[in-house]
Amino acid sequence: MLADFTGILVILIVGIVLVCGMLGVHLLLGPRREFSEKQEPFECGEKQIVSPRQRYAVKFYMVAILFVIFDVEAIFFYPWAAVFAELSWFGYWAILVFTLPLAVGLLYEWLKGGLEW
Amino acid sequence: MPIEEICKTLFIILVIVAGLAPIITWIERKQSALMQDRIGANRADIGGITVLGLLHPMADVLKLMTKEDVVPQGANRMMHMLAPLIAALPAIIAFGVIPWGGIYSFGDTTIKMVAADPDWGLLYIFAIGSIATYGAIMAGWASNNNWSLLGGLRASAQMISYEVTLGLSVVGIFMVFETLKLTDMVMAQDTTLRVFGFIEVFGGTVPAFLDWVRLPAWGIFYQPLGFVMFLTAMMAENKRPPFDAPEGESELIAGYFLEYSGMRFGLFYMSEFIEVIVIAGVVSTIFLGGWAIPFLDQATIIGGIGSFMGEGFATGLCVILHFMTFMLKLIVMIWLQMLLRWTLPRFRYDQVMNLCWKGLLPLSIANILITGAVMLLVRG
Repeated sequence: MLADFTGILVILIVGIVLVCGMLGVHLLLGPRREFSEKQEPFECGEKQIVSPRQRYAVKFYMVAILFVIFDVEAIFFYPWAAVFAELSWFGYWAILVFTLPLAVGLLYEWLKGGLEW
Repeated sequence: MPIEEICKTLFIILVIVAGLAPIITWIERKQSALMQDRIGANRADIGGITVLGLLHPMADVLKLMTKEDVVPQGANRMMHMLAPLIAALPAIIAFGVIPWGGIYSFGDTTIKMVAADPDWGLLYIFAIGSIATYGAIMAGWASNNNWSLLGGLRASAQMISYEVTLGLSVVGIFMVFETLKLTDMVMAQDTTLRVFGFIEVFGGTVPAFLDWVRLPAWGIFYQPLGFVMFLTAMMAENKRPPFDAPEGESELIAGYFLEYSGMRFGLFYMSEFIEVIVIAGVVSTIFLGGWAIPFLDQATIIGGIGSFMGEGFATGLCVILHFMTFMLKLIVMIWLQMLLRWTLPRFRYDQVMNLCWKGLLPLSIANILITGAVMLLVRG
């Protein structure tokens, strides 16, 4: 069981070393000439008049909430799919009952205009 | 024991990250040049030798390495520094579970051509892929720039939306192969599919001449709709055109990585290209048979050639043939993505989100239910 993780750990370490190495070489080779005009946030040459640290459209929260619901649903599908043949028709009706409220929920969201952009 | 894993990992990193990724930037330039009737990159040279512009990726890296690393005023320095790492790492480490060859036995030793082979292989790819969302949203928020923030918001909403469809569109494949283990999936595809086998389900017998009509038992023939939805969702996850609303040049300048320069920008740039290879690898593994050669399974090759050349030689040949088949499928899928990228114009953001929530999501749920019903009816 733990042997499954050895390969993943190795590739994770190699990946971190590779990425950090690239940034490290960049820090060594890159010049450092800082002055305040260069450090300004890019606004096509204008001074920044609106701070980006403020509230933003509520739609993005809606998407996040929907994502949580449907991603959890997807997670329930996976183990079901892996043993699908053994469960046979019983499993099929069970997942149908499970999917129906979610499908109704999606339809409700759709009709309410929650999916409009 | 970890020696074997280290060798395999280094092999993947060398072939994919150091080998294929720079060549893909070159292929992209040449492909776009071809499609737009231009010559494309051909100027970088060492002492007058240009090698068809193949030196451009090297020149790119050198230039990115020697640029100043600018952090804007008011930026959250720590988040700003971490974001490119978090964006680039998942793309690299997703390769750990993609098999580039089967399981071979030389005498007593058994070799698996994959760095890690867990039972939850595909789940690992999704889990790792969703970490990349943090890279985009962190870069967008930490830069203290309005364009970056808009790009980061768009990127995160788009990526989490498509993650749902990504997860649901492959459930059909899990049902067909009854596993999430990538090596087992490819093994199951290393055979043939009897096209007229369904006649037996209805109590008939397949005539001998029709029994010869066969297809490779690839996922794409079981789940054609799943293939299209999975590829679309994967491409949308990658945020390359036509799904590049989060980084649209004409609206958001560069989106969430606008305030990045030098190699940190390079990591974002590189992660997109590595992701292209990951997509090609995953799609060809679960839908196109991975290393499996159509109509020629492993036992046939080893048995056929082994009978007069020796078992060891046949297995060695089999390893090479399988690896070349996998690379061929990989390159075809990369090329398909390049074609789509240079053919389609950018989708508007509402179109991207509608395609996901109103198109792909209901379709993928319907696909699961229909696949289940058909499988139960056919298998009884």
